[in-house]
Amino acid sequence: MNAPLQAAPLTAKEFKSDYKPVWCPGCGDYSVLAAVTKALANLALRPENVAVVSGIGCSSRIPAYTSCYGFHGVHGRSLPAATGLKVARPDLTVLVASGDGDGYSIGGNHFLHACRRNIDLTYIVMDNHVYGMTKGQPSPTTEPDWSSKLAPGGTGLREFHPLVIALASGANFIARAFSGDPNGTAALIEQAVRHPGFSFVEVLSPCVTFRPEQRAWKERARPAPVGPTDDPARAARRLMTDDGFNIGVLYQGKRAPYGVPVAAKHAAPESLAAGFALKEVGA
Amino acid sequence: MTRKRPQPKGAYADFMARAYAMELEAVERYAQFAEQLDSHNNRDVAEMFRKLSKVEALHAKRILEEMGWPSVPALPVAFAWETPEAPETAPFESLHYLMQPWHALEIALQCEVQAQRYFEEIAAGKAPKQVREAAAEMAEEEREHVKLIRDWMKKVPKPPADWDRDPDPPRMSE
Amino acid sequence: MHDTAASRDSVSLALAGSGGAGVMTAGNLLLEAAALAGYCAIMTRTSGPQIRGGEAAAMLRIATFPTDGQDDRVDVLAAIDWQNVQRFAAELPLAAGSVILGDPEQGQVPEVFARSGAQQAQVPLRKLAKGIADGWPNMVALGVLAGLVGLPAEALERALRRSMKKKGLEAGLAAAKLGMAQAAGLPSYALRPAQPRAGQWLVTGNEAAGYGALHAGVRFVAAYPITPATELLEWLPPAIVKVGGAMVQAEDELASINMILGASYGGVPSLTATSGPGLALMTESIGLGVAAEIPIVVVDVMRTGPSTGIATKAEQADLNIALYGMHGDAPHVVLAPNSLADCANATAWAVQIAESLQVPAIVLSDQYFGQARGVVEAPVLPQTIFPRNRATGSDTYKRYAITESGVSPMAIPGTRGTTYTADGLEHNERGLPSSQAADHLAQVEKRARKLAQFDPGEDWATVEGEGDTAILTFGSCTGPAREALARARADGAQARLVSVRLLSPAQPERLKRALQGVKRVLVVEQNHGGQFLRYLRADCELQCETHSLRRPGPLPFRPAEILAALGRLRRRAA
Repeated sequence: MNAPLQAAPLTAKEFKSDYKPVWCPGCGDYSVLAAVTKALANLALRPENVAVVSGIGCSSRIPAYTSCYGFHGVHGRSLPAATGLKVARPDLTVLVASGDGDGYSIGGNHFLHACRRNIDLTYIVMDNHVYGMTKGQPSPTTEPDWSSKLAPGGTGLREFHPLVIALASGANFIARAFSGDPNGTAALIEQAVRHPGFSFVEVLSPCVTFRPEQRAWKERARPAPVGPTDDPARAARRLMTDDGFNIGVLYQGKRAPYGVPVAAKHAAPESLAAGFALKEVGA
Repeated sequence: MTRKRPQPKGAYADFMARAYAMELEAVERYAQFAEQLDSHNNRDVAEMFRKLSKVEALHAKRILEEMGWPSVPALPVAFAWETPEAPETAPFESLHYLMQPWHALEIALQCEVQAQRYFEEIAAGKAPKQVREAAAEMAEEEREHVKLIRDWMKKVPKPPADWDRDPDPPRMSE
Repeated sequence: MHDTAASRDSVSLALAGSGGAGVMTAGNLLLEAAALAGYCAIMTRTSGPQIRGGEAAAMLRIATFPTDGQDDRVDVLAAIDWQNVQRFAAELPLAAGSVILGDPEQGQVPEVFARSGAQQAQVPLRKLAKGIADGWPNMVALGVLAGLVGLPAEALERALRRSMKKKGLEAGLAAAKLGMAQAAGLPSYALRPAQPRAGQWLVTGNEAAGYGALHAGVRFVAAYPITPATELLEWLPPAIVKVGGAMVQAEDELASINMILGASYGGVPSLTATSGPGLALMTESIGLGVAAEIPIVVVDVMRTGPSTGIATKAEQADLNIALYGMHGDAPHVVLAPNSLADCANATAWAVQIAESLQVPAIVLSDQYFGQARGVVEAPVLPQTIFPRNRATGSDTYKRYAITESGVSPMAIPGTRGTTYTADGLEHNERGLPSSQAADHLAQVEKRARKLAQFDPGEDWATVEGEGDTAILTFGSCTGPAREALARARADGAQARLVSVRLLSPAQPERLKRALQGVKRVLVVEQNHGGQFLRYLRADCELQCETHSLRRPGPLPFRPAEILAALGRLRRRAA
């Protein structure tokens, strides 16, 4: 018998690298890392077939903490990098990690278009309503009255609503997770990876250093009272009216993922020169 | 390379696999905590978590020996805890970079209490007799740990009220 | 000097008119007819700011010798109508030997053209067209121009049959024939006869660049539409799919550059094309390509800047940003094609260098090359696609290993045992973030070494001629410079041409050798600040008397201007 030996699925631990996180002890991102590695193990993937792409910020440090292929790019541009990678290499499982600053502020435009494009990516945004790497400035999801050095007395700006934006822009799967529940987060990430097209998982991930009051999110986060819908209108109403603490899959669309035209047979590049040649039509 | 994983069969084996998973998660979590605090130069507490990790590892090992499992058992199908994580697993958010050994023990105490309750509930429930007996035994073990940790806490200094004071502001890294 | 019949080697024509007049269609047909008759030819275009309906002019140069530059003046200016054509006066220099052809129905020749002293002639284009069912004035004008320059009627007919749809073909042929007959009564600008040659292409610089890229192995392109790079992006989608690649239209240039970084990180040679404003947006991420050592190619089809500038006109003013635009020590490759056909070679070469050195490469094309359509010798491109130095599985894989050449094996996702994180953060050999001085120094030196040790061979520049005077230039100034030197030689003066193709890494030793024995150089460039001159002074230590001939876009240099500057140089030396 020459049947290949079936390797046993790897454990979550085997998806972690030996490089140690710089996050503050107590940070929700530790839990997200645990959830990501657990989800990859549950999906029976291998690290070399997974790429984790990120931008800049606390959350974006994740790639090097995994044993997968990683891409730690520039601030705000993780989605384009992941888009290029997935289009060029559809065989890879591509996860994108971001935060509320990286993903919703500097990278906001790419968020809209990644949702629209509906490429088979899983976008995990660790949202802590603050810029951590630059020492606590307000982000697009920060409450208007949260006072900081850069915005004393608060920004006075209303919060960005990432899930509604994702829905309106065409994301195919929308979920909210809470880092206080790593197993639940892992399960949501797993579902997101399995769902075709662009899957968006917003993870409430407290910043214990600049927003210690977020430790109380534990009391507020709860499973969403109803299951996911595939009706964008219903999903819109639910997302617009929820208090931001309903955890679970909130929308599961049926849109076909983005497909790039593919030639059945590859021509030699030289054949393209025929279009420039000075030959008569039909000669 | 293949790795054989024992497939637990029957309610008792399922229960033991679950208990094993619970211990193992605690082992890993404490080890991660130790690493986190090492990276943040809090050696005392890192050491404390390493010790706690070792204690839980002993429990895990005992389960494997008792069941005669050569390696990590597969978890029962549709396995899930009723709590976000296993009852003996300390949540990630319980750490602080300036925490003291006493805090580490306080976290451990809470975990042991939860584990004790978990087993007590099974022991008092409607599971098969063999499972209830094993759960009662484990609940008793956890009770001993609770007492052990309480005694331990008396031996380490209780942190002052301003234990988390840091005269310097946080640093920027990127 | 007045040309006698069939004695010319070059003629420059312009056909102007308002939107709807079809001057571009006629211009393209004339270009094709000239090509089919065996002439070298190039067509450029100019137009008003309107998307539809504005004034426009097709400008052609047809010659018996290979050239992709403009001549000193326009010999024949024909107008289907004169509405706002005076706006193009600076682009359409006329002289006493020129002729202006107008339709008497369309009124007076604008004063700005009339005062050139050019001869004026009239052809009732509209009236003649009316005499043919479905006849168009532009087709009559096409026939007139073809007749004036002596193109064989058969070549014109072939061009029409080749490019026109069945509907309108017969009317077109009849109108062109009628126009050609009109030429008999007009001043002749007939060219010496030419022999049709095999292996000629009719192509734009943008198309040539796209072809060069695919030929060299590019299989992923992401881009955002921008004038004047758009034709390159429009040529690509069907072409790249045919050869097994993919293309994505990005939401902006920040996205397109990062898309190609992602794709190339995945092991697929990747390219984007843009113009100055897009390049400015991309610079941060090109730096990521430098730091994370990801090969990418960025084609910058330069237009007039800063800011939006003149989007439809060329300027060589992106040299500084291409060379020095990135923050940090960011060694990378900058190349400039120096002919329309070279857009293919230079882009292919850029792909090869990028892939072999794992470094970003910028190709500085410009609007002149990019949007000009010309008859060129089919470029000869390397047959082998350069294989990227790939890593295979290993327990001790170091993505950024310090090597003698500076190049380290690059693992491609999917390969077992070599996972790593490509990082824009400074890193150690394993790719892990590091803020240590020693790691930074080692990696900075490694990245610089890759370029310092690169041997470009003879391709670094085009070096022609002898003598103690040299023109030093790059890009689209090369054509007119070459023509100026040819005229100087015809007058018995010797001079060299050094047209630099590889701008970064700079090749000071090679330049020194190329300029051995040269006492004076004239640095020719199309920008106001002398960016090329400053680059040469900073990076190449010119050791001879240096003069600068420069001016900003959008008007291209004409050979006589360069010849005059050379003359001033010589007189000063004498």
